[in-house]
Order: sequence, then structure tokens, then C-alpha cells
Amino acid sequence: MENKEKKEVATEEQLRYAGLLSIGMKIGMAMLLISFAIYAIGILPPFVPVEDLPSLWSMPVHDYLHKTGIHQGWSWLYMLNKGDFLNFVGIAFLGGVTVLCFFAIIPILIRKKDYVYALIAALEVTVLVLAASGLLKTGGH
Amino acid sequence: MLSLRRVTVVVVAAIIVAGLCSMAFAESPVTEVVSKASTVPWWVWPLSLFVLTFVLGVVAVLGGVGGGVLFVPIVGGFFPFHLDFVRGAGLLVALAGALAAGPGLLKKGMANLRLALPVGLIASACAIVGAMIGLALPTNIVQTALGITILGIVGIIIKAKKSEYPDVKVADPLSTALRINGIYHEVSTGEDINWKVHKTPLGLGLFIIIGVMAGMFGLGAGWANVPVLNILMGAPLKVAVSTSKFLLSITDTSAAWIYINNGAVLPMMVVPSIIGVMLGSMVGVKILAKTKPAAVRYIVIIMLFFAGSRALLKGLGIWN
Repeated sequence: MENKEKKEVATEEQLRYAGLLSIGMKIGMAMLLISFAIYAIGILPPFVPVEDLPSLWSMPVHDYLHKTGIHQGWSWLYMLNKGDFLNFVGIAFLGGVTVLCFFAIIPILIRKKDYVYALIAALEVTVLVLAASGLLKTGGH
Repeated sequence: MLSLRRVTVVVVAAIIVAGLCSMAFAESPVTEVVSKASTVPWWVWPLSLFVLTFVLGVVAVLGGVGGGVLFVPIVGGFFPFHLDFVRGAGLLVALAGALAAGPGLLKKGMANLRLALPVGLIASACAIVGAMIGLALPTNIVQTALGITILGIVGIIIKAKKSEYPDVKVADPLSTALRINGIYHEVSTGEDINWKVHKTPLGLGLFIIIGVMAGMFGLGAGWANVPVLNILMGAPLKVAVSTSKFLLSITDTSAAWIYINNGAVLPMMVVPSIIGVMLGSMVGVKILAKTKPAAVRYIVIIMLFFAGSRALLKGLGIWN
């Protein structure tokens, strides 16, 4: 009875999207927990010592980057041996889940000949990939 | 199943608390030096963030707003973090809350993919522009404009008489062509609610502004999504609230990436906040299915009024 209700209220692509989002959220959550535990327990040393954080987290981001020597964009990929930067794996994964969900529903929409929504989903993937690319940077205030 | 969830919540909370305590004790000699300047041990702040965001996660789902709209003024006002990091964390908090709530809302048909996709595309593209503007503009100007906007939206919601089940007599040609309609089961009354929308072109146009503002303020966009989807386009309040919540996962993803790539993300702030809001959102979804639409509406009004007042007063330098 409950399954029948679900079929009536949600389309195939919506359920597919929901299923992937659920899995992705859980994986991302697990990544965050594990990486933060590694950071907190001190298995990997942080790039920025925790005792320095109070003097840094009150600074504007550009001063913080200048003071710590951290670079913008995907430079954290080269610093995964540092406990604090390891957390960016989970953060980036959560930022990528939506892209994967949209990508996954495009074939369903095409099979259903819902070409307008397939195009919208493809455009959404493009927008999110552009945002994640690191090509768009600001000068700061 | 319920006990498994409880165990998960307890285990995750224990990891956060134990981890922060572990760091606090491990670094105690140096922390003591830092504490002289701040008077509060550094680990109190991330621990407090975890507790605060759990509560915000529950409330945000019920109100159909991103956790960010409450997170940014509260954390920005009472925690020692710079607003750049608060906005980056706020977007990720809103995103995490939406990711946690999204699957349940989509499966129940309360959030609607066909409604969310067109508006999400526009909002997410514009959120990129907004995020870049927000990181370049003086903070007080952004906050003042935000406060005025949110208080204006509160006024619109209070004046609206048919927001729980708006009367949409005829769907507009665009929403008909895109087949933006649906049915959801209202648990509190036992009814199946058929719905459709109107004024779609104007609604899509407003999501240009919503997207820019979401990225600029770093606050998510639920505070604006709900009025446009519900009051303007005519989606039932629960569909509007749920679709708005899901929509945040699209809009805030693009804006959050701009903040991540510009360095405005501190793991010590973000991770306890994200975990707190995700756990809170899971609890909020359970409550939402059993809550009457009128109750949700009052929660939206109270939360938006508080958040708007806070942003306006801080922007004007009255309440710093």
C-alpha cells in the first residue's frame, strides 16, 4: 500500500535522484566523520596548528590565506597528508553529490523522451562543474 | 530501526565531543596561552557550533529555510569567526541540511523534481555570480540589504491569506508545457492533494534575484524560495517548503564551491556545523511529515523575522 502511494507521488527519475542523493549523503557524512576524527585525534598533523586557529579565524579570508600561505582553488589536493586539509575530501564529495545525481537522471529523461528536462539537467551539470572548477575567483574586499 | 538511528546519533555526537576534547587536552599548554587573549578555550567554539547547528537543523527543515539563514547571523554575531568564514560555513551548513533532508522529501513526493529543476538551474547559475559579488562587496552593505529583504518577505507571508493551499484555477502555459504539477499525501488530514502552479515566467525571473542573493549573502535561499513557490506560483505550502529545502542542495552547491575555491572554508568550523545540521535535519524530516501546514507557516514567520532583524541591525551597526 505504501509502495503504491510512493509510485503515485514520485516519478522514476525523482526516485533515482533521491536514492543516489541518499547514498551520496551517507558516504559524504562518513568521509567527514572519518577525516575529522583523523584531524581531531592527531593521526595526521594539521597544516594550521589548532592553537593558532583563534588568531586566524577572526581574519578576513584574504589575510588568512596570506598569513598561512594557503593557495586558492584545488591546491588542497596536494595537502591531503595534513589533518585539516583531509577534511576537504568529504566537503568536496558533498559538493559533488548533486552533480552525480543530475548526471544519473539524464538517461532516464532521454529514454522517456523528456528532452527539455534532459537538457535542463545537462545544463545544471555544466553550471555546477564550472562552479567547482576553481576557474572563478574573486579579488576580495 | 529507530534504535539504530538513535545509536548513530549518539555515536556521531560522541566522536565530535571526544575528538574536540582530545584536541583540547593534547594542546592544553598552548591553548592556555591563546585563552589569555580570548578568555574562552578555543575548543568551546566548535563544540558550541555542533550543538547549535543540531538545533538549527531541526528548525530549518520545519521552516523550509536553509540552516544558513539562521546560522550566519547567529554565528556571525556571537562567535569570534570572521564573516567570510561564517558565510562559507553557512552555505555548507545549508547545503548539508538540504542533502540530508532531500532524499526523504523526494521519495514522499513532498519535494518535486519537475518544479525544482528549472528554478534550480536559474538559481544555481546566478548564485555563482552572487557569491563572487558577495566576496567582493563590503559586509555591512550586504547585511543591511539582506535584513531589509527578509523583513519584506515576512510582511508578504503575514499578509497572504491563502498560502497553505493556494487557489490556482488555471495552470499557465509554461508550467503546463513543462508538466509542473503533482500529488502529495497530507498525513495530518489523510488527503491526497493535487496541485499545479501558475505565474511560472515571473517565478523563474525572481529566481535570478534569489540565486544572486543566495550566493551574495551566503545564507542559502529558503527564505525566498518558499514565498515565491508558495505565494506567487501557488504550490501548496508543504510542497513549497519541501521543494525549497531540496532546491537548496542545487543552489547552494554552486555558491559553496565559490567559497571553497576562494579559501573561505575552515574545517574546524565547517565539519562540526555540517554534522550537527545533518543530524538535526534527519530529525526535522520525521517531524515535518506529522506537522500541520499552519504550524510550519508560523515557524517560517518567526524564524525569518528574527534572522531579518538581526541582519538589518548588524548591517546598520546598531547590534554588533
